[in-house]
This record gives sequence, C-alpha cells and structure tokens, in this order.
Amino acid sequence: MRLEHIVFNNIKRRKGRAAFLLLGLMIGVATVVSLLSLSSALSMRAQHELEQFGANIMITPETDHLSLSYGGVSLGGVSLTASEIPEGSLAAIDTIRNRRNIAAIAPKVLGAVDLNGQHVLLMGVDPKVEFGLKKWWSVSGRVMSGPDELVIGSAVSRQLNLAMGETLDLNGRSFTIVGILNETGSQDDQLILAELATAQSLLGKEGVVTMVEIAALCHDCPVEDMVRQLQEVLPGVDVQAVQQVVKTRMHAIAQFKLLSYGVAAVVMLVGALLVFVTMMGAVSERTREIGIYRAIGFRRFHVLRLVLVESAVISAGAGLLGYLLGVGVTLGALPLLSDSPTGWHFDPVIAVGALVAAVCVGLLAALQPAFRASRLEPSEALRAL
Amino acid sequence: MVLIEMKQLTKHFTNGADCVIALDSLDLSVEEGEFLGVMGPSGSGKSTFLALLGGLSRPTTGQLVIDGIDVYQLGQEKLADFRREYLGFIFQSHNLVPFLTAHENVMLPLTVTGRKSSEKREMAEAVLEKVGLKDRLLHLPQQLSGGEQERVAIARALVNNPPLILADEPTGSLDSRTSDQIMELLNGLHGAGQTIVMVTHNRENRRWFDRTIALKDGRIDPDHSDRRQPLAEVV
Repeated sequence: MRLEHIVFNNIKRRKGRAAFLLLGLMIGVATVVSLLSLSSALSMRAQHELEQFGANIMITPETDHLSLSYGGVSLGGVSLTASEIPEGSLAAIDTIRNRRNIAAIAPKVLGAVDLNGQHVLLMGVDPKVEFGLKKWWSVSGRVMSGPDELVIGSAVSRQLNLAMGETLDLNGRSFTIVGILNETGSQDDQLILAELATAQSLLGKEGVVTMVEIAALCHDCPVEDMVRQLQEVLPGVDVQAVQQVVKTRMHAIAQFKLLSYGVAAVVMLVGALLVFVTMMGAVSERTREIGIYRAIGFRRFHVLRLVLVESAVISAGAGLLGYLLGVGVTLGALPLLSDSPTGWHFDPVIAVGALVAAVCVGLLAALQPAFRASRLEPSEALRAL
Repeated sequence: MVLIEMKQLTKHFTNGADCVIALDSLDLSVEEGEFLGVMGPSGSGKSTFLALLGGLSRPTTGQLVIDGIDVYQLGQEKLADFRREYLGFIFQSHNLVPFLTAHENVMLPLTVTGRKSSEKREMAEAVLEKVGLKDRLLHLPQQLSGGEQERVAIARALVNNPPLILADEPTGSLDSRTSDQIMELLNGLHGAGQTIVMVTHNRENRRWFDRTIALKDGRIDPDHSDRRQPLAEVV
C-alpha cells in the first residue's frame, strides 16, 4: 500500500464529495473549452471566407482623377485611355518575401469597344484564374476557351438583346457568345469578357494590363506587409488592400474571442474557488484522520502530498470529462451560430491545455488547504476526537 | 535497562491572560519491558503526559529521552520518523480511518516506509492474525464491533515492531467483558517483553500494571502512586 492508495480509496469510498468537485470543475472546463473552440472555429471559418472572397489586394496604375471607373481604375473621362502597367513588370510580384502567401494573380485589361453603336466595357482576363478567383460568378453556358469566344454580362445581354450562341462584331472581329454571366448585381453585369491576349489586341494594348487583382492567403501575415512589399517591387503603381468587409467580420470575432477569454478566466476562477472551499472543508472534516496519520509517523510532506494528489486526480478527471463535454457542446452549438457545416477540428492545444489548466487550478487551489492540513499539530488534531 | 527518561518535563498552555500548567516539572523513568499505568481524574494532565511522551506536542521546558534519543531535539519531520519507528499508538476507539479496510488500516504506518508492497501486506496480515482478526482483513471499521476495532488499532500499533506502545484509554468505550479481552491481549504483549504505557481512569485496570502512577494537577501524586521498587506491588 502506498500513499496514492489512500487517495484512491478515499475518492472511491467518499464518492459524494469527489463527484461534487468533479462535476463543478468539469462544467467549468467544458465552458472554457466550448467557448475557445467556438471562437477558434468561427475565426477559422471567417478566414476561409476571406480566401473565398477573392482578391484582397488590388494593383492599379497611379492616377489622380476618377470617373468612368471599375474597381477604382480610372479610364479617364474623355479619352477612355488610362495609364497602364507593363505586363513584363508583373514577374516582379513573384520575388516578394511573402510570395508563398499568394494564391492567385489575375491581371486584366480594360477598355471601351464599339458594339452596335454603343460603348461597352471589354475586360480581358485569364479565364482560369479569373473564374477561380470570383467564385460567386456563375455562367449560363460555359467559360470562353478560345480567342474567338466571349462571355457577356447579364445587363449587356438584356440591353443589346444578345443571346447565347450569337455571333457579334467587335472592332471588326467576329466572336461567338459561349456564356452569359448570371446577374451579380455589380458592375460585372455590364462587362464583356474575353481572353486577355484577345482583348489586348482588340484594344491596341499589347503587352500592358490595366489592373491586377491578387488573392493572398493571410493566416499568418498581415496584408499590409504584402502591400508594402509589392509597392517596393512595383514602382509607379498603386497597391491597395481590399478587406473592409472581412475586417469588420474579423473584428466581431476578435471581440467574441476577447469575451471568451474573459468568461473563461472568470469560470476558471470560480472553479478554483470551488476546489479551494471543497478541499478546505475536506481538511477540516478530516482533521482527526490527519491527526492519526501524523501520530503514526506520516511526515508533513506526506500529508501535503495526500491532499494535493487527491485534488490533482479529481481535477485531471474533470479536465478530461470537461474537454469531452466542451467538444460536444461546440459541435452542438456551431450549426446554430453559422449555417455552413461544422468547422470544428481537433486542436491539441485546447485538449492538452484543458487538462493542464484543470490540474493546475486544482493544485493551486488545494495548496493552502494542503499546507493547513500538513501544519496541523498531531496533538491538536487528535483532540478533535 | 531504562527505556524512557523524563527530566523536569513541563507544559504550559496559555489561554488569553491565563497560564495553565498542564504538566509541572515531571521526573520519571520507565524500564524496558515495564507495563506502566497512568491514572488520574480528568484535567490532571494525563492527555498532556501522553502527548508529550508520544512526541505529538512540544514541552515548554524539560527533556525527554527515549532509547537514548533526545526526542524534542528532533526537527518536525524527524520527529514524525521517530514516532513511526519507535512508537505504537493505541487511541480510544473510533480512531481508524473509516474508508480503509482493517488490513489497510494496519498497513498505514508502513505506507510511508520503503518496504515492498508484498512485505507490507504480509506484515499486516501476521499482526492481525496475532490479535485474532485474520478473518476480518477486508472489513471496513463500520463493519467491525467495538472490540474488533480496538484490536485493529492494537495491530496497527504493533505492525512496525516499535519498542514502546502508548495506549490512551483503550478500553474507554468497551463493555467490561470486551475490556478484559483487550487488557489480556495487552498483557500478553507485555509478557512477551513489550514496554507499554497506558493512560486510564478505570481503577479496575490497575491490576494489570507493573506500576501505577497517579497524576494530580500536573504532578505525580505520591499518595496514590506505587513506589519505584518492587515492580510487582500490585494494589
């Protein structure tokens, strides 16, 4: 028989007190685990949406006046010409320090073309990259796959009575409409989309682009850093971060996170108080028993160990069960807080953290009762007989 | 050979402004193998006497030497070790740890020794057999009678083979028949050479002792105490 044997027997044969302590701590740990898991899952999801959101960095020529514009690109009021970015300089983007955070580079050229006597905005894009980036674009028909094919915006289709499969003339070249962009509610509805090279030659802008959209994955880097790096390698252009919407969302989640930490701290404090009061009560109740231990030759250290090991064992149990309960609550609550499927994933930091935190709280809160127990004078303790 | 030597042992308790002298300059020596009875009315200092003799409390002044060891020169933890190695305590009944079986209660003093588990179990079993409780090993205290509980307590005091047994009213809560059985058990140990100091207020028990001292107001009352020699002068 060893000291731990006494601890386990005590827990086993005085189940009530142990169960009360276990339950209290368990609920505390579960609360903390579910709050932290929820905020982490929600922020993961926001991060994910941020990537889905498409471009978050915009490169445009430097300009000082705004009029006929798309995405902040000035086409100039009268001439419909704007300053351009040489296509060759874009290679420099791949040299920045955070180049591995770049998911997609989408250069495009913009210009007005004549269609049945109307000015229409033509945008030349790399179809694969552009449609990959703008996940909210849906096309009736298909995406263009050759130099003679076009996709047109829904407003263009409506106003000019253009239907799928029709051919049309642009600046003297004939094209086939292979897809119509479903209504987006944005300026995109008024575009004609062609392949980049085709558009460049149509607009007489060979070798230049009007703007570049970049999608950066920024889990661990601030977008501002990448903006600065891009500005360094691309002199004479404007680099801007597009992130207001996401930022608002992230701000809300940061607030929730902060609240979670606050609530977690309060809950753990209450847990600590619970352990403290329970162990203090247990020590008073067990005064006589401790007196017997001391009389038959247990050192102070042995008594200290008895109380601390008991608290640690119960706390570890509460940590484990509380973690499982917390994960359960998280899985149950996530669908209520957001409509997409669960974003929970196993986080070893939270799992190990829950266990370690529970044991630490249990040990810290039991320190004072344990010291009190070990300092009981054996004769005083036995007087409680 | 002298096992216990008390020199001018004094214990004061202060209660607010009052100073209570619980034990007043006590001189006493106990021979190895002696069965000493300590009697006296409540408040006479019996409990203080036993607490001091058992290293459970510290004297205000004076010296206690047991088996050549100056007990109160030992530090806290060493004093605990001393109690474990040199003393066996038998308290009044209901002094067993309620959530441990008889076997586990007897093993308690061995818990904090470096002995092997199997050795601890065997030692506890052997001593429980000696007190006639071999068939009660796995019983919890509440499942045992008063007399059986007292036997478990005696077994626990014996398990370390201590040179000195200290007993505090071991028959205090037992009926007279069970009392006699417990006293016979202690007398048997005494017959085998065990030194025992027993505190009691029951005059009946006096016949078992080699020598009896009576305490009164913290001092030995010579009128009611036996003289030092011969040992067998039983009243």
